[in-house]
Amino acid sequence: MPDSTAIAQGAPDTAGSTHGEHPPYLRHHFNSAEQQADASNFAMWLFLLTEVMFFGGLFTAYLIYRNWYYAAFVAGSHQLNVVWGTLNTLVLILSSFTMAMGVWCAETRRRRGLVLCLALTLILGLGFLGIKTIEYSEKIEKHHVPGAHYSLQSFLDPDSDDAARAAGDKPLPLDMARHTEVYFSLYFAMTGMHALHMIIGIGILGFMIFRARAGAYTAGHVTFVENFGLYWHFVDIIWIYLFALLYLISRHGT
Amino acid sequence: MSSSATIVRLPDQSTARIPKLNYLSKENGILSWLLTGDHKRIAILYLISITFFFFIGGALAGLIRLELLTPQSDLMATDTYNKVFTMHGIIMIFFFLVPSVPATLGNFFIPMMLGAKDLALPKVNLLSWYLYMGAGILALYTMMTGGVDTGWTFTTPLSTHYVNTNVLTTGLAVFIAGFSSIFTGLNFIVTIHKMRAPGMTWFRMPLFVWAHYAASILMVLGTPVLAIAIVLVALERTIGIGVFDPTKGGDPLLFQHLFWFYSHPAVYIMILPGMGVISEVISTFSRKRVFGYTAVAFSSVAIAVFGFFVWAHHMFIMGISNYSTLVFSLLTMLVAVPSAIKIFNWTFTLYKGSITFETPMLYAFGFMGLFTIGGMTGVFLGTSGTDIHLTETYFIVAHFHFVMVGGMLMAFLAGIHFWWPKMTGRMYPEKISQLAAVVTFIGFNLTFFPQFILGTLGMPRRYASYPPEFQILNVFSTAGASILGVGYLLPVLYLTWSLKYGPIAGNNPWQATGLEWQTQSPPLTENFTEMPIMDHEAYDYEWLENQQTREKEAEVTSAG
Amino acid sequence: MSEQRVLDEHAHHIVGPRVYVTILFALLLGTALTVGASFVDLGSWHLTSSLVIYWNPIVALAIACSKAVLVVLYFMHVRYSTKLTMLTVGAGIFMFLALVGMTLSDYISRAWGQW
Repeated sequence: MPDSTAIAQGAPDTAGSTHGEHPPYLRHHFNSAEQQADASNFAMWLFLLTEVMFFGGLFTAYLIYRNWYYAAFVAGSHQLNVVWGTLNTLVLILSSFTMAMGVWCAETRRRRGLVLCLALTLILGLGFLGIKTIEYSEKIEKHHVPGAHYSLQSFLDPDSDDAARAAGDKPLPLDMARHTEVYFSLYFAMTGMHALHMIIGIGILGFMIFRARAGAYTAGHVTFVENFGLYWHFVDIIWIYLFALLYLISRHGT
Repeated sequence: MSSSATIVRLPDQSTARIPKLNYLSKENGILSWLLTGDHKRIAILYLISITFFFFIGGALAGLIRLELLTPQSDLMATDTYNKVFTMHGIIMIFFFLVPSVPATLGNFFIPMMLGAKDLALPKVNLLSWYLYMGAGILALYTMMTGGVDTGWTFTTPLSTHYVNTNVLTTGLAVFIAGFSSIFTGLNFIVTIHKMRAPGMTWFRMPLFVWAHYAASILMVLGTPVLAIAIVLVALERTIGIGVFDPTKGGDPLLFQHLFWFYSHPAVYIMILPGMGVISEVISTFSRKRVFGYTAVAFSSVAIAVFGFFVWAHHMFIMGISNYSTLVFSLLTMLVAVPSAIKIFNWTFTLYKGSITFETPMLYAFGFMGLFTIGGMTGVFLGTSGTDIHLTETYFIVAHFHFVMVGGMLMAFLAGIHFWWPKMTGRMYPEKISQLAAVVTFIGFNLTFFPQFILGTLGMPRRYASYPPEFQILNVFSTAGASILGVGYLLPVLYLTWSLKYGPIAGNNPWQATGLEWQTQSPPLTENFTEMPIMDHEAYDYEWLENQQTREKEAEVTSAG
Repeated sequence: MSEQRVLDEHAHHIVGPRVYVTILFALLLGTALTVGASFVDLGSWHLTSSLVIYWNPIVALAIACSKAVLVVLYFMHVRYSTKLTMLTVGAGIFMFLALVGMTLSDYISRAWGQW
């Protein structure tokens, strides 16, 4: 038996394939279903690493400008609705929970449970996007979208703006008020990029529900659901940080 | 040929045949190529595409050198010149150098070297190629519809606020090409971790695989930062978000931080696979195991790790703080060490080896000399004091061409020649290939050595016109470039010729170690008829001799 | 029997609903904490005349990191995964910190004491 030599870490258990099982989803270049699942799981983690570095650039930009233009960031943050933001956070955390439960259902071969969990995750995801749409349209109305129509009024004259007035903001000097545009650039870039990832995730969820109903993931081959779960949890983690950094900068009014 | 002048051992040409069943003959028709999952076919697709882009980039280089024959900007408008050197850089870096060895030789041979039937994710591999082709076509389209003139470095605020050229489409092309690179690297890492044959421990893998592992880590962790930098430039150009705009409080230098965070590791992405090739070639043509295997393996990983922490040495004069300059300069000194370790180890491999001078070895020697010069001049540039004088001059241009062209491109050609018999089943013509290697070496030195002098004398880079006292060196450089062009054209011609008329190579014409040489040439689609067991160390020439004796006794013939 | 074998081979460890519910509540609690903390001025610590630590952002980040760690360990199963997975996660975090940290070090050191 070849196993007597030092088997490399992760090398397939060739003796184990005497088990005789050659499931239809086993691709020809793999030696066992376990090797295939292992490899695709690892591949998903590596892809998530690329996502971490991708968002990393945005977080770097955010940290630099928050430190340079703190007052502008505070004023900008006060323009965001904490209620919507917190609700969104709760929605996403709940969707992470339903997704994790979905993986459990797939692993324990509960077909209907899996479909239910995936459907709930999808609905919660849509809910998140719905709330985001409300928030974005508010920003558009108030001319807080960076670009040609950006308006400084809320920051030069906080009393004219209900959110700024509620937070007790003082008027900013002109140059600091202009830096609020950088805050909103990062707000839209980061939440927009996050929302794009959510949209892609929801699309894949739709596909998965369709396949799950046919029993594709509850016959022992859970890799797709598991790996998608990793992606979904990652998107949740990004939001956890975005919420803390964008919405909660300073709400204690000093 | 006497056996002392060459190690090549070809089968008897009167009876030898290309094996009827191989990865090329398995299926026919254009769809079997365009929808293939076979890593070897994908490698060939890449080989054809990158050769195509290489010659486009080369033509642009020719235009640069023609313009620089005279001190005035008389061949083309200065704006056009800006576009020419920008596109030359973009095409050569993103569409030739980054995928060169990994996507062709890496794709083809990593599974075979590990004893696997394919890479871990064959569909992702094919997707990689389609992304590359899409990006390449988009880049060509931007070239033909006005080009881009910011330099391949897209420096802000020039690229965001002051040019009217195709920055967005070029940025998109680079973004897509970046994903092609990420997926290739991701595939390699998974394959190397999860699909080694029994007995193939980490320290029995060929050093070619180690080099690709290190380069893949760089691809996966570095490229996404380039992606976000490009996205931010796009947003800045379209909406004017202000993140790089000083008038809105942004910092243009932030772009450079994000850009060079990728682009410095990118140079190691480019060179590491080439170093992997050199390890294989030097070992084979000295008939000796690579000296200090562990050191070479770890130095590959060390280059990758250290390479992530030196990016701001491209920004010494751009406005970073003095303290950052100090730190990054120091770290740059450190990153030179693992590269030097490799050169030492290759030299010690040569020492007391049985050296022969076949074409791959000629390219490898060229690599060792030229990469050493290029690398050492990198240290001059990493020293911030000298960098202030030398940066943005032709010294930089000479430095990176020495490492990229004198180093990487030579390594690529060494690898193509070394593995040509395995990929095609045919041997290339030796005399003309040796001639091409020598012509390339001479042409290269004539082209780029004068540029070191030009840089030290103060000629700036990216200028279409220059003071007349610099002309003579520029003329030498252009003359060298024409010789270099011939040197690169010849392999295309004779390698293509060899496909029909080259002698049949047999399984192992170089008598090299490595699992890929134990299979037929060209290999079967599934690489191995039965799973190989790795029971000997890498570069074990004794094992190879015993194997050949065993084979003679058993009179085994290749499949088909 | 063979079904179970397949499950065992592949599952390494099936994380059950009880763990998930616990983590869910921990995350919800963390969210409440972080929102509440943002409405309270947690003060600052003056280390030197120019080096001040403000507690609000630190607390917010600490809570966010804890939530992220819980999601990574339990929802993403890293607690039950191979060393390779843990190494991969570690590598990602390390590179992220290197990018942010080393870039920020340039900005911080550009004008010592002016922040």
